Amino acid sequence: MTTSLQQYIDLYNQYGEAIRSHAPAAMNALRDDALAALEGVGLPKKGQEDYEATDLEAVFAPDYGVNINRVPFAPDAAASFRCDVPNMSTCLYFFFNDIFAESRTAARNTQPGLVIESFADAQKNHPEVLQQYLGTLADTKKPEVALNTLLAQDGMLIYVPKGMVVEKPIQLVNIFKAAAPVMALRRILVVLEEDAQAKMLVCDHTQDTEQQYLSSQVIEIVANRGAMFDYYDLEESSENTHRVSSIFVSQEEGSNVLVDGITLLNGFTRNDYYVEINGEHAETHLLGMTVASAHQHVDNHTYISHNVARCESNEMFKYVLGDHAVGAFAGKVLVKENCPRTVAYQGNRNIVASPEAKMYSKPHLEIYTDDVKCSHGSATGQLNEEALFYMRSRGISETEARQLLMQAFMSDVIDAVRLPALKDRLHHLVEKRFRGQLAMCAECGAANCNSKIENV
Amino acid sequence: MLQIKDLRASIEGKEILKGINLTVKPGEVHAIMGPNGSGKSTLSAVLTGNPAYTVTGGEVEFYGKDLLVLAPEDRAHEGLFLSFQYPVEIPGVSMVNFMRAAINEKRKYFGQEPLSASDFLKLMREKREVVQLDNKLASRAVNEGFSGGEKKRNEIFQMAMLEPKLSILDETDSGLDIDALRIVAEGVNTLKTANNATIVITHYQRLLDYIKPDFVHVLYKGRIVMSAGPELVMELEEKGYDWIKEQVDKKGE
Repeated sequence: MTTSLQQYIDLYNQYGEAIRSHAPAAMNALRDDALAALEGVGLPKKGQEDYEATDLEAVFAPDYGVNINRVPFAPDAAASFRCDVPNMSTCLYFFFNDIFAESRTAARNTQPGLVIESFADAQKNHPEVLQQYLGTLADTKKPEVALNTLLAQDGMLIYVPKGMVVEKPIQLVNIFKAAAPVMALRRILVVLEEDAQAKMLVCDHTQDTEQQYLSSQVIEIVANRGAMFDYYDLEESSENTHRVSSIFVSQEEGSNVLVDGITLLNGFTRNDYYVEINGEHAETHLLGMTVASAHQHVDNHTYISHNVARCESNEMFKYVLGDHAVGAFAGKVLVKENCPRTVAYQGNRNIVASPEAKMYSKPHLEIYTDDVKCSHGSATGQLNEEALFYMRSRGISETEARQLLMQAFMSDVIDAVRLPALKDRLHHLVEKRFRGQLAMCAECGAANCNSKIENV
Repeated sequence: MLQIKDLRASIEGKEILKGINLTVKPGEVHAIMGPNGSGKSTLSAVLTGNPAYTVTGGEVEFYGKDLLVLAPEDRAHEGLFLSFQYPVEIPGVSMVNFMRAAINEKRKYFGQEPLSASDFLKLMREKREVVQLDNKLASRAVNEGFSGGEKKRNEIFQMAMLEPKLSILDETDSGLDIDALRIVAEGVNTLKTANNATIVITHYQRLLDYIKPDFVHVLYKGRIVMSAGPELVMELEEKGYDWIKEQVDKKGE
């Protein structure tokens, strides 16, 4: 039986030499294992555990092109990009499909000792970092991760040396643009040495909204002792953009990591989050916010493993679904043996604002230690009718009241953002999104999947 | 201003209002009293258009307009206000945004431009004083974490902001200590003019010590079974409702 995976394995068997010749040695070193891991397996199908709503087999089925020969991107693309988060001075970088580039201002905004570069450059400048960390967290038992490892040719390395506090947020903008259906394969490796601090914002934008894209990304975040890191992932793509993203985090003693996955516009999205807490007194914040309408599909799967005592994890994912949108959340918090004084909270709250929209929710806690404080909760429903009437009785129209209530619903996850400029902007973007006024890119007016969330 | 004729309403198929007749004119204060479950709160909910209730008969005119066909928000624009017995907490919506939306939608309804930010804040400040509402409360989410008394004061604050023609105070005295009761009542009295009217729904006489009614009606089993002047309040306080219930129930047999 031919699976959708097979076409990419065939591609590798045919063009493996070319792929290797364009890629850094540290990436090539992982390919044989990835290929072996893919042998005899298939991509997850709908109905499998943790894939209740999502069919990756179908997502990878189309014949996507891969930019094997590293064809450069249209050079004007960076110039035409306007950020949706203004008033924020950042160290700005791009992935044009899968080609890494730095902005003209990046060099000016970075600081001495901070390393932000492509894997290709890192292979020359900092090979020891790649060799030490690349592929150590990403689990190739996941076929989508193995496939990325097999085919990806470049990535972005962020290396924050010991004790460094990165002052400006690091911003990465993924821009999709192509003349034919394309799969962009990217990697990100973030290493924070002891007591290092940084914040990062990643934005997804699609420039050709008619084109079919598949974005495959694997992100590894290593937070060493006492490190602090924020990772905000803001997706504003198009209804033809498919995204399969896996984030792996490992945390050492006293580290503090916040990962926030925000989906405002998309086509199909599957985000996997894996967090391993390996050092005591570490703190994890895993947040997610989804607004989906039309036929958008957003699936977040999370796994947090408390491997040591005295750590705290706080997880909250919120969804507002309209039209025919499908949302899914499957989250597991594991507290292993001998992890006393663990504090773990997992929450999933959803508003299904249309009779055709669907939400799948599977919260899960597994605890093997006695002295812990853990709870989880999941609730899916409609807007509070009493609150609606209360507002209408004050003269606020039903439409406006619903808008205010939906924004209010998201306000706590927005307020958890630790970048003030982004927080303010998110309140505004979410309001625009609920009003159906959010353009998918600054220069693109046709926002088909940006339909207003209407009432039932 | 308000004419209710033979109003009937039900919730989940159960008829609660069984033919209410009531006329309210500008400048008047009406008290509606009655035992639990007689339909007092239902009357206020139906007048303000709560979608949980179904009107099964009768008519309500408000300044010559058919009130029952209007959406709740339009009833508010036309000058109807309900002070809720249980004000709703709305986490995430600030009092400022809530009131601004309410004020500006009303202005839009009458073809006026939205109020400028500074004019709006000035208005908030001015009206807050009517009920001595703390600035801290005004900057929080709607009713979230407010005490019972603060919630009721907040209702009267909203009433002051919206300047309704007819205000319905549904059990505004419940959950209030004596000081809060006085502040709320003083607020209501301050807002009273010859052109607006108030319907006070209450169990007890104590709120009516502060807000003097011109007419007192007793609601029982979905009908107004007795209407009189303010002297009825004292009589009810002394004798309770049983004698009225007996009269009505005997008649019904």
